[in-house]
Amino acid sequence: MIEVKNLTKSYGRLKAIDNISFSVDTGEVLGFLGPNGAGKSTTMNIITGYISSSSGTVTVDGAEILEQPRKAKSKIGYLPEIPPLYTDMTVRRYLEFMFELKRVKLPKREHIDEIMRVVSINEQADRIIGHLSKGFRQRVGFAQALLGNPPVIILDEPTVGLDPKQIIEIRKLIRSLGKKHTVIFSSHVLSEISAACDRIIVINRGKIVADAKVDELAGVLSGGQRLSLIVEGSPSAITEEIKLLPGVTRVKKERELSGGSARYTVSYDSDTDVRRAVFGAMARIDCPILEMKSGDESLEEMFLKLTEQSEGGDEE
Amino acid sequence: MIAIYRRELSAYFNSAIAYVVLAVFFFFSGFFFINYCVGGNTTSLSYVYGSMFYIIMFLIPVLTMKTFSEEKRQKTDQALLTSPTSLTEIVAGKFLGAFTIFGMCCSIFIIYAIVISFFAQPQWSVVLCTLLGVLLLGAALIAINVFISSLTESMVVAAVIGMAVGLIIDTMSYIISLIPVGWIADTVSKINFLNYYTNFTYGILSVVDVVFFLSVTALFLFFTVRVLEKRRWS
Repeated sequence: MIEVKNLTKSYGRLKAIDNISFSVDTGEVLGFLGPNGAGKSTTMNIITGYISSSSGTVTVDGAEILEQPRKAKSKIGYLPEIPPLYTDMTVRRYLEFMFELKRVKLPKREHIDEIMRVVSINEQADRIIGHLSKGFRQRVGFAQALLGNPPVIILDEPTVGLDPKQIIEIRKLIRSLGKKHTVIFSSHVLSEISAACDRIIVINRGKIVADAKVDELAGVLSGGQRLSLIVEGSPSAITEEIKLLPGVTRVKKERELSGGSARYTVSYDSDTDVRRAVFGAMARIDCPILEMKSGDESLEEMFLKLTEQSEGGDEE
Repeated sequence: MIAIYRRELSAYFNSAIAYVVLAVFFFFSGFFFINYCVGGNTTSLSYVYGSMFYIIMFLIPVLTMKTFSEEKRQKTDQALLTSPTSLTEIVAGKFLGAFTIFGMCCSIFIIYAIVISFFAQPQWSVVLCTLLGVLLLGAALIAINVFISSLTESMVVAAVIGMAVGLIIDTMSYIISLIPVGWIADTVSKINFLNYYTNFTYGILSVVDVVFFLSVTALFLFFTVRVLEKRRWS
């Protein structure tokens, strides 16, 4: 559906994005992840034709954005980082304006009513946008992107500045959109992306550092399993004992807890399961395990790792 | 284009701008009309037109200052530029919006002519010709000011520069008289707006004058499109 090839955008000597290529299939929900200033907005602005690339091409449903801008743009609904709202208009008037601007060929009144229902702003229809709260403005921006049911929907940080309840609603909305539309949305909050997306592209300093399915990403990067323990007893003895177990690569005491116990993190090869061995070892030296949790590396840590890696690479 | 045109008009009337501009225009034109025509006992509206020139200089920048600067500042240009509408249509829609308000202002001259016709026969050829001249002059000034607005994010800057340009256009004859080198003065006087405008006030409709104002309008609208295009590429 969307085909991005060797996209580069330079501002003088600074490269905002550097040779990015990826494609998005129909019906896919793609998360665009990266720290602030990584080039997410720039990429989205190029895909939607707001700014041009320095080199490279973007094709939306077979239409190249610079060669057939009208055709390509009519297939995209875009919610930029700051919703493009005319604060002097009422919600309905604004949506009518956008409806005409986008040359939508659907029954106007019914379509706008339907969209307003989807993002639940029908009660605000006749209020002036300038008087609405941030959450409602964001939804009006959302409604604007949905007008005409475009096959591609691009959302730039749609949940910034919303309260937790609204974030959950927006996330649900994105999920439901994914059934009928191709969605790209960006965020610098991982949990949000992992909750709503099929696939994640991690971008840092203008380069793609990872591109994988959400569940694959953890496996690709962690390179092993981890165990989190709370054990009572002498820290040095406990660390020594666990280190000797087969498969264990690293033991780290995280911090002392009250009552003579401490939290440890154990890293081990993914093909062995050391939980039973750890239990046995702790029983031998008479140190009771108070808590044991296994888990992959969290996405947050992975994300940090990824972005740090790519930064290290730059300096070499 | 029609969507943008309608949105522009509604923006003018949703804010105070349209009302203030119309009120100021009607007030001064009425003032001059009473003074020159009623007070001076003449059917000629040319003095009224002449004096309104200054008012137009100040009102047009106010009318157009928001067109592109505010869009850029509020980031609403993102909606326009990512919609399946070409830059030419966007610029044309905005230009026509401002021009319509200006046309509403100028329609008052017809009413004055009708008022005169109750007492004496106005020279309709002069009245209509001058009206056409004012409209063409206004179109050119609106195009220049729309262009200025596209260059900045601040509407105050746009308005001030627009007024400065207006003053330069207005004092062009004086500036030209100060240029000591003959051929430069001749060349500059070729773009003296007043030269082309004056013929209309005599009731002379000349193709050269019409073409001059239309070309200035087209040229600056084209420049505006280029500015928007350039912003996309830089």
